[in-house]
Amino acid sequence: MFDKVLLKNTDVPNGHGIEAYEAAGGYRAWAKVLHEYQPDELIQLVKDSNLRGRGGAGFPTGVKFGFVPKDPALQKYLCCNADESEPGTFKDRVIMEKDPHQMIEGIAIGAYAIGADKAYIYIRGEYVLSIERTEAALKEAYRKGYLGERILGTDFNLEMFVHCGAGAYICGEETALLESFEGRRAQPKLKPPFPAVAGLYESPTVINNVETLACLPHIVQRGADWFRGIGPEGSPGPKLYCLSGHVRKPGLYELPMGISLRELVEDHAGGPRSGGRIKAVIPGGVSAPMIPESGLDVAMDFDSLAAVDTMLGSAGVIVLDETACVVRVAKRFTEFFNHESCGKCTPCREGLDWAVKILRRLEDGRGKHEDLDQLERLCGSIFGNSFCALGDGAAWALRAALKHFRDEFVRHIDDGRCPFH
Amino acid sequence: MAMGLRDKIEEVAGRYPNRRSAIMPALYLAQAEHAELSGEVLLEVADVLDVPEIWVYELATFYDMFHTEPVGKFHIQVCTNVSCLLLEAEGMVAHLESRLGIERGDTTPDGLFTLSTAECLGSCDTAPVMQVNYTNHENLSARRIDEILEKLRGAVGE
Repeated sequence: MFDKVLLKNTDVPNGHGIEAYEAAGGYRAWAKVLHEYQPDELIQLVKDSNLRGRGGAGFPTGVKFGFVPKDPALQKYLCCNADESEPGTFKDRVIMEKDPHQMIEGIAIGAYAIGADKAYIYIRGEYVLSIERTEAALKEAYRKGYLGERILGTDFNLEMFVHCGAGAYICGEETALLESFEGRRAQPKLKPPFPAVAGLYESPTVINNVETLACLPHIVQRGADWFRGIGPEGSPGPKLYCLSGHVRKPGLYELPMGISLRELVEDHAGGPRSGGRIKAVIPGGVSAPMIPESGLDVAMDFDSLAAVDTMLGSAGVIVLDETACVVRVAKRFTEFFNHESCGKCTPCREGLDWAVKILRRLEDGRGKHEDLDQLERLCGSIFGNSFCALGDGAAWALRAALKHFRDEFVRHIDDGRCPFH
Repeated sequence: MAMGLRDKIEEVAGRYPNRRSAIMPALYLAQAEHAELSGEVLLEVADVLDVPEIWVYELATFYDMFHTEPVGKFHIQVCTNVSCLLLEAEGMVAHLESRLGIERGDTTPDGLFTLSTAECLGSCDTAPVMQVNYTNHENLSARRIDEILEKLRGAVGE
């Protein structure tokens, strides 16, 4: 049994309240940071832990902190990306609803590391309970003096508040998030300049995922060596996995990285529901190419999944059994990407629209063999020519479905109907 | 514009370094007050914040949660994204269409229900899922949907 770290407080009644959080040792890491660490020592600690971002990209967090210019005259910001919208993903929602103080303490530590006296939590608008619980937790944290001015007798000030999203997946992309925060349409921006140098209001800004920040209090309290000791060297620390789809025990699981996808799905999540067989598993939210059953022995970590041309991403693990129609699933996630495309770039905006039209005809049994070639061409036009990861993810995922399950697409064409419905 | 709303927008605008950044929260406040963000409402938000009207319009039309058209008293949004799709979300939508006598995207003639499909609501382990005015209803079935509809109708004294 893996000793829970991130989900430790989530079963405690009223675990979202500050009394429960403090009783479990909460905010001691924050006090330790304020009284015992210089910012660069803290950055070094995070680098030593080899914590990698849990939003999707897996970028080393300490390295990102280190990019922020040290000039104390510059205004700096820390943004918590709580826009969780990658289909199949719900880990951040559980943290916000059940243990918001863990996230708040993590944000505070991150802000201190980079010298930010302002931190914003961008929460997707649909997460009404998350917003409510986070705002209530912020009030409690201010009341107890963990936020505000001259915190815990030091001269560090930190203002933290919630900014609500309003239903746009693209706001999970960090530059689009900043645009949205500034009151613009959420269209991604060119990098460089990177946000760490010129982000919110052109000021140095670090954007981190909720789960990434939630790791920080634990790293401070228990040390970099402890964190690195969990799971493989290249992907250390406790990881939250979101299991859904055709699996017996869907839910949120906290386990090390490095376990196989097969072990995760079959041993922990109970395997395929009622006597079924697994056809494929999406390992990291729908942007991550699906893995057919034959590939399930891959290790769940950043590098192993990258090596088989997919990704850990948001760890949204969606299981498809033999009753699932891959064409229908591919159609649906392509519709999602098309809907959520910000519209700025032609390959994504036009290419995905076209791909949806083709996929709808295919699913309806009105497809032609040339359609498969056209879908390949569209994927090629979008992938690598996209301004941001939305287009890339859409093309990558669709291409994988076509590659691993071409026979299902062909059957739709030859049968003139969907064989599964 | 009601003084209450103007004050609320001013208060939230005070948190941000510039007025443009307050447009999203201002639109939420205006939508809560007016139910739908009509042209006049958008103009008034622009007026309170003292920003060009186009800045307000472009956000109201970009984000899915801002409604520039009327929405029923109960906005039912059923997730049909992959995890919910695999667990019969389309069947739930069809059941609602049949019960409400409307198609997805439409509002019932009495203005009580608007039925939409939604993207992932982040509750995939309890699929299929729908939101009614941003309250989640999980582990749906035809029967549970009927119970929920009955409760909603009962709440307005039908």
